Amino acid sequence: MLEVANLNARYGRAQILNGVSLSLGQNEVVAVLGRNGAGKSTTMKSIMGMVRQKTGQITYEGQSILGKPSHAICRAGVGYVPEERRIFGELTVEENLEVGRRDKRDDAPEWTLEHLFELFPNLSERRKNLGKQLSGGEQQMLTIARTLMGNPKMVLLDEPSEGIAPVIVEQMANVIAELKREGLSVLISEQNLHFARLVSDRAYIIEKGSVCYDGTFGHLDQNPEISNKYLAV
Amino acid sequence: MGFYFAQLLTGLANASSLFLIASGLSIIFGVTRIVNFAHGSFYMVGAYLAYTIVTALNGGIFGFWFSIIAAAAIVGVIGLLIEMTILRRIYRAPELFQLVATFGVVLIFQDATLAIWGAEDLLGPRAPGLDRAVRIMGEPIPEYDLALIAIGPAVLAGIWLLFHKTRWGVLVRAATEDREMVGALGVNQAWLFSAAFVLGAFLAGLGGALQIPREAVSLQMDLSIIGEAFVVVVIGGMGSVSGAFVAAVLISVLNAFAILIFPQISIVLPFIVMAVVLILRPYGLFGKPGSEHVGTEEPEQPLKLMSQKSTMVLLAAVMVLAFSPAVTADFTSILLVDVMVATLFAVSLHFMMGIGGMVSFGHAAYFGVGAYAAAMMVKFLGFGMLPAMLLAPFFAAAAALFFGWFCVRLSGVYLAMLTMAAAQILWGVTFQWQAFTGGDDGILGVWPAEWASSDKVYFYIAFVLCLGGIWFLRRVAHSPFGYTLRGIRDSQTRAEAIGVDTKFHQWMGFVVAGSLAGLAGVVFAFSKGSVFPDTLGIAQSIDGLIMVLLGGIHALAGPIFGAVAFVMIEDWVTRLDYWRFIFGGIILVVVLLAPDGIAGGVNRLIRAILPNQKGGAA
Ligand SMILES: Nc1ncnc2c1ncn2[C@@H]1O[C@H](COP(=O)(O)OP(=O)(O)OP(=O)(O)O)[C@@H](O)[C@H]1O
Ligand SMILES: [Mg+2]
Repeated sequence: MLEVANLNARYGRAQILNGVSLSLGQNEVVAVLGRNGAGKSTTMKSIMGMVRQKTGQITYEGQSILGKPSHAICRAGVGYVPEERRIFGELTVEENLEVGRRDKRDDAPEWTLEHLFELFPNLSERRKNLGKQLSGGEQQMLTIARTLMGNPKMVLLDEPSEGIAPVIVEQMANVIAELKREGLSVLISEQNLHFARLVSDRAYIIEKGSVCYDGTFGHLDQNPEISNKYLAV
Repeated sequence: MGFYFAQLLTGLANASSLFLIASGLSIIFGVTRIVNFAHGSFYMVGAYLAYTIVTALNGGIFGFWFSIIAAAAIVGVIGLLIEMTILRRIYRAPELFQLVATFGVVLIFQDATLAIWGAEDLLGPRAPGLDRAVRIMGEPIPEYDLALIAIGPAVLAGIWLLFHKTRWGVLVRAATEDREMVGALGVNQAWLFSAAFVLGAFLAGLGGALQIPREAVSLQMDLSIIGEAFVVVVIGGMGSVSGAFVAAVLISVLNAFAILIFPQISIVLPFIVMAVVLILRPYGLFGKPGSEHVGTEEPEQPLKLMSQKSTMVLLAAVMVLAFSPAVTADFTSILLVDVMVATLFAVSLHFMMGIGGMVSFGHAAYFGVGAYAAAMMVKFLGFGMLPAMLLAPFFAAAAALFFGWFCVRLSGVYLAMLTMAAAQILWGVTFQWQAFTGGDDGILGVWPAEWASSDKVYFYIAFVLCLGGIWFLRRVAHSPFGYTLRGIRDSQTRAEAIGVDTKFHQWMGFVVAGSLAGLAGVVFAFSKGSVFPDTLGIAQSIDGLIMVLLGGIHALAGPIFGAVAFVMIEDWVTRLDYWRFIFGGIILVVVLLAPDGIAGGVNRLIRAILPNQKGGAA
């Protein structure tokens, strides 16, 4: 589905990624772990075409998407859920969803408003409210729903569990399970190892802009020194 | 009572046109983040086109209103062409480049309009069916004013429906908040930007077209409206259409009454209101702090100390300059004084923008205060040249101290707008206060002292003052104070976190830049022998911006290159017919081909020719 090889990225003079390589298979949920500032978000933004200075290969369904503008990448079926939520505060919930709406694709499940409101009942109650009036957790739900309105095949989820209440984290885990059931492929960036283990099939760890672990959660659990070294547990 | 009501209605009628142009500007800014100086040109061209179509059709009520809409639609198409050929290439460039590019468009439009419609003011016909006055509370009110009063809110309602009931409008509002995110959700920004630009241009054209029954169509319409339109946008909050409406009404109605008490106020009133609003509400009445996600901008390149080689080149140039009066004619010395004045002015502006990170649209204020202070000391207080030269920059410093205190409370475009407001207030006062400043007639007879009156001697005085000023600014740029300023520019939060008083540093940076601009103004005043209100005007401020941007903001040598190139080009081009057209064209070529300015372009050229050497000038 997605193949990233030897990706380098920089902001101005600061080199952030040094040869990141990772892959995501069809209908797989894969976590990218790493500490604050390790380069998880930069990896996702690079895939999404939101970092301009980058080299390497990014292949999506056999086609290179490196250097493509982000709207083209989105239209190819990649959904992106940013870490700081970035909902449109002055737009209502429905309007936020409208911005994300794209035509149905043959090769991906279709998400209707009804289906999304079923999945996120809180949003349904607040559909006429402005984005800025929602709670943090509701905003997090809204960003995901907004991305799903684009009927993506693959979703990049940047730190979905960050800064939200434990009950909502649980709800978030269900949502990700639902995405997998629907046949989507999901790349999640996480700092929370427990949450990542709960929802994903395998993991990468990024440290200082390079991948330093690639394997299963089982292997991570048997070798706690890895998590101790690379993750803030 | 009736009289006051009539005054209110006049104010409201004025507000309608102002709202149309300002709402277009606000929409364009909201979506594309471009501060579109050419918006006044759209307004002017709309009026000219409407004049031509109305007189050609001469078709009664229907023909009149058809002509108005047609003129606005043509302006919309012109806007589309400009967006696609020019602006689309520079969306990622620093905002100043965009501003200067749109100013290039202003110049081109001025001469194109002159070529097509001629220099004479054109008096349009009255609106058929609305050409009389009705009596309201005993006062005659033009029917057309009443129509305008209705058109403003009608357009506002139309825009509201468009923005809330169509998918396109929802996308525009979303893009105003976070356009990068809108792109990541699959919306092609190029298309959205073009559409916003067309709508904005259409509204400006409509505003201009609707003016033809009320005022003569003239070549001054563009720059006379643009300042006020900016003010309305800023007061309302950039990107907010309803804010623009409220602000247009506020300004126009206040103005309608203020002129009863104090007729001269109308030039400065909008700027005073703006200054007050921005101090109370830094993002305008309805504005929000701009989204942080306007695009993944790269942080500014750090300034490099000059390499030894380029220092040598610069020293050699200074030596040649120092000996030039011995071998060149007097008029060359005079031109070289202009170059040195412009260079000091540009370097001081660069200090404020490149080092201090504060973009100024009104740097001429301090240049002008320096020039006027010197002129007034000589004329009214009988000072000699040298004492006047030494004291006048302190007046510029005092003005910078005063306005800077307000300005550094804001940032980004709002700061830039407040600097412009400051300059316009000073300009208005100078222009209006005939008894004190000579008003439009300026102050004449500000000549150097007897011993300095030869062009060659004055050349050396200018040489010492200007080069001394430039040297001083460079020293400050590389002092701990300069590094702190740059730290604040790159990350205000980080600087605050380590305990730096960022506002105070910026304020002092503002004062340093202002004083040196004042010094440039002083040298200028004595070299010309006179001062006029233009020294404080928008055009002078923009000249400075063009110099800095021609040179390239990232290099310390940039403003030097830029000022030299600017004065040389200007000296040559202004002798030609349609020089504005040519000059605007040159600006556009530079902006499109060398977005990092002349210094950056030279750097790239050197690297291309000598691939194994590091770039020279920095
Ligand atoms: N726009 C930017 N400009 C400059 N540097 C940036 C920018 N965005 C991120 N960085 C830097 O890049 C590095 C990696 O950031 P990134 O956001 O990818 O980390 P992350 O792994 O997602 O961390 P977190 O868990 O805190 O979200 C950090 O050092 C950060 O300061
Ligand atoms: Mg992150």
